[in-house]
Amino acid sequence: MHRRGVGAGAIAKKKLAEAKYKERGTVLAEDQIAQMSKQLETFKTHLEEFASKHKQEIRKNSQFRVQFQEMCATIGVDPLASGKGFWSEMLGVGDFYYELGVQIIEVCLALKHRNGGLITLDELHHRVLKGRGKFAQDVSQDDLVRAIKKLKAMGNGFGMIPVGGSYLVQSVPAELNMDHTVVLQLAEKKGYVTVSEIRDSLKWERERASHVLDHLLKEGLAWLDSQAVGEPQYWLPALFSELLSRDVTPEEANQMTP
Amino acid sequence: MEESVSKYASRGVDIKSLKAKVNSSSSVIYFCFIILLKIDRFVWTNGLLEMNETVVIQQRGVRVYDGEDSVFIRRYLVWIQQKFLKCLSQIIFFEEQTAGIGKSAKIVIHLHQALENKEPGPYQHSKYSYIELSFNEHVQIEFYRRLTEEMTQKRWENTPVSQPIPTGPKAGRTCAVGIVGIERKLEEKRKETDKNISEAFEDLSKLMEKAKEMVELSKSIANKIKDKQGDITEDETIRFKSYLLSMGIANPVTRETHGSGTQYHIQLAKQLGDMLQAPLEERGGMMALTEVYCLVNRARGMELLSPEDLVNACKMFGSLKLPLRLRVFDSGVMVVQLQSHSEEEMIASALDNVSDKGSLTAEEFAKLLGLSVLLAKERLLLAEKMGHLCRDDSVESLRFYPNLF
Repeated sequence: MHRRGVGAGAIAKKKLAEAKYKERGTVLAEDQIAQMSKQLETFKTHLEEFASKHKQEIRKNSQFRVQFQEMCATIGVDPLASGKGFWSEMLGVGDFYYELGVQIIEVCLALKHRNGGLITLDELHHRVLKGRGKFAQDVSQDDLVRAIKKLKAMGNGFGMIPVGGSYLVQSVPAELNMDHTVVLQLAEKKGYVTVSEIRDSLKWERERASHVLDHLLKEGLAWLDSQAVGEPQYWLPALFSELLSRDVTPEEANQMTP
Repeated sequence: MEESVSKYASRGVDIKSLKAKVNSSSSVIYFCFIILLKIDRFVWTNGLLEMNETVVIQQRGVRVYDGEDSVFIRRYLVWIQQKFLKCLSQIIFFEEQTAGIGKSAKIVIHLHQALENKEPGPYQHSKYSYIELSFNEHVQIEFYRRLTEEMTQKRWENTPVSQPIPTGPKAGRTCAVGIVGIERKLEEKRKETDKNISEAFEDLSKLMEKAKEMVELSKSIANKIKDKQGDITEDETIRFKSYLLSMGIANPVTRETHGSGTQYHIQLAKQLGDMLQAPLEERGGMMALTEVYCLVNRARGMELLSPEDLVNACKMFGSLKLPLRLRVFDSGVMVVQLQSHSEEEMIASALDNVSDKGSLTAEEFAKLLGLSVLLAKERLLLAEKMGHLCRDDSVESLRFYPNLF
């Protein structure tokens, strides 16, 4: 890198440029960078003060976290962008969410063989909490959603599909377009769906319905029950636990076993 | 009224009518408190004033909270000041609670335990010993004033039937024994917590103001860099990027949060270069980025990397001449792979394996090589792309065969 800006001539030139800019009332970029450096130091101090008083709030209070995140988003700041950022270093927000990211990945990986890489946000929440143990901090679904958003940076794997008032979390790069999503939403109530149901509710032709269901089968997101009464049923393992936990209480289960 | 009745009826509350005088145009301001005491101490009245009762004030649209559980009656709150025992005598203490975020301002009224022989009311039992009333802003001030007035005057004590009961704000604090005392302490703790939270929010707002200034400044700088106003050295550019990194501000020009090229990422890339050699060898030279993320962060324990940190560090492998590469497949999957495991080698090995077995699915291939299914699939796809394999795509599976064409 050649040395710029040295020598008497260069100094004179710089002074001239500065004068010209000052005349026009603008500030040079390098002056502003110097200014920013100072302001950054001041800001750091403020942040430290804030952290010393309220760091616990962030850890303990999920409502506060939501508020914090929203405020950051409004002003155009991403506190989770880097572990090296002030927010992360001083408030500890980073570690909280990055660790959550690890836990989410692990849960999804562990269940992938069963549900093909699709899991309800509720089940994910439940399992993450279980994995964290009794004494860990509480995490809310909002926390999970934010952590997942961050995970997207690492490739196509992660996404969220709105279904039945909540979300399905996708952790594999399976291509799911609008048609697939709509069928997933339809299946949410009972955990399965049939071609006739699709034709009735969505008014699609048989071809289209079969095509979508085949894709889900191929991706491992749906299982085929060809022995079902009537016509074959396409079940979504991702939606299983929801239904099971909802329908059968332990007492009922005990009664049911012979 | 009807829809409210049915709504509450469905909740198992048998509602008769909560009557209220709807004469807001009346010249006299009525202050009626039909709802005596706590929810579980509320008793029904038929809305007609009894003999010694006068209407003090009435207000529409007041919410009543049982303890902190939200609204169940959102109607006319009518407060009848009764000369007989019931109502105001049951109030131990009341206070204002300032609004917080997501919460309206309220008046909290602490009450005695229910009387044994009370008549039936909306709830038979409730776990809280206080209720909260939420009003519109200016109404609250009025209500509070009236309540204070009534409490201090203690008009109900002027009747021959009244008992001496400690009520009013002054008596509140000295009641430190028994359940009342416990409730007081809980209340104080709650106030303390609330105060902390509201203070936290206040401080947060102030902090955000300052952060906003930083954002504005950085935008201005970025624009100047773009327009080349002034002489920026490379050093200064790097410094600027690191400032953006610290603040978590997206680079206004490139839209990346800081881009690669900061000192931090360079260091990180070198660390990763060392750290990932062995794991990559074990896994056939390739690991999904999510795997790397988990591995690295689990190892660190603290001061974890953000996903973006990892991606940006990996992007630097090439320019730093490290023996790793970040690679993005067509499907969007991102992996880190060892330079030494070249493309040709991988494809050749895939072809060998497939020819050997006649055909392979991604799962089978994964098992064979000890890879994850995801990566096994990517390799097969790659070989297919190069023309060495072809696929048989059925509902049962995606199977690859050597390409004999």
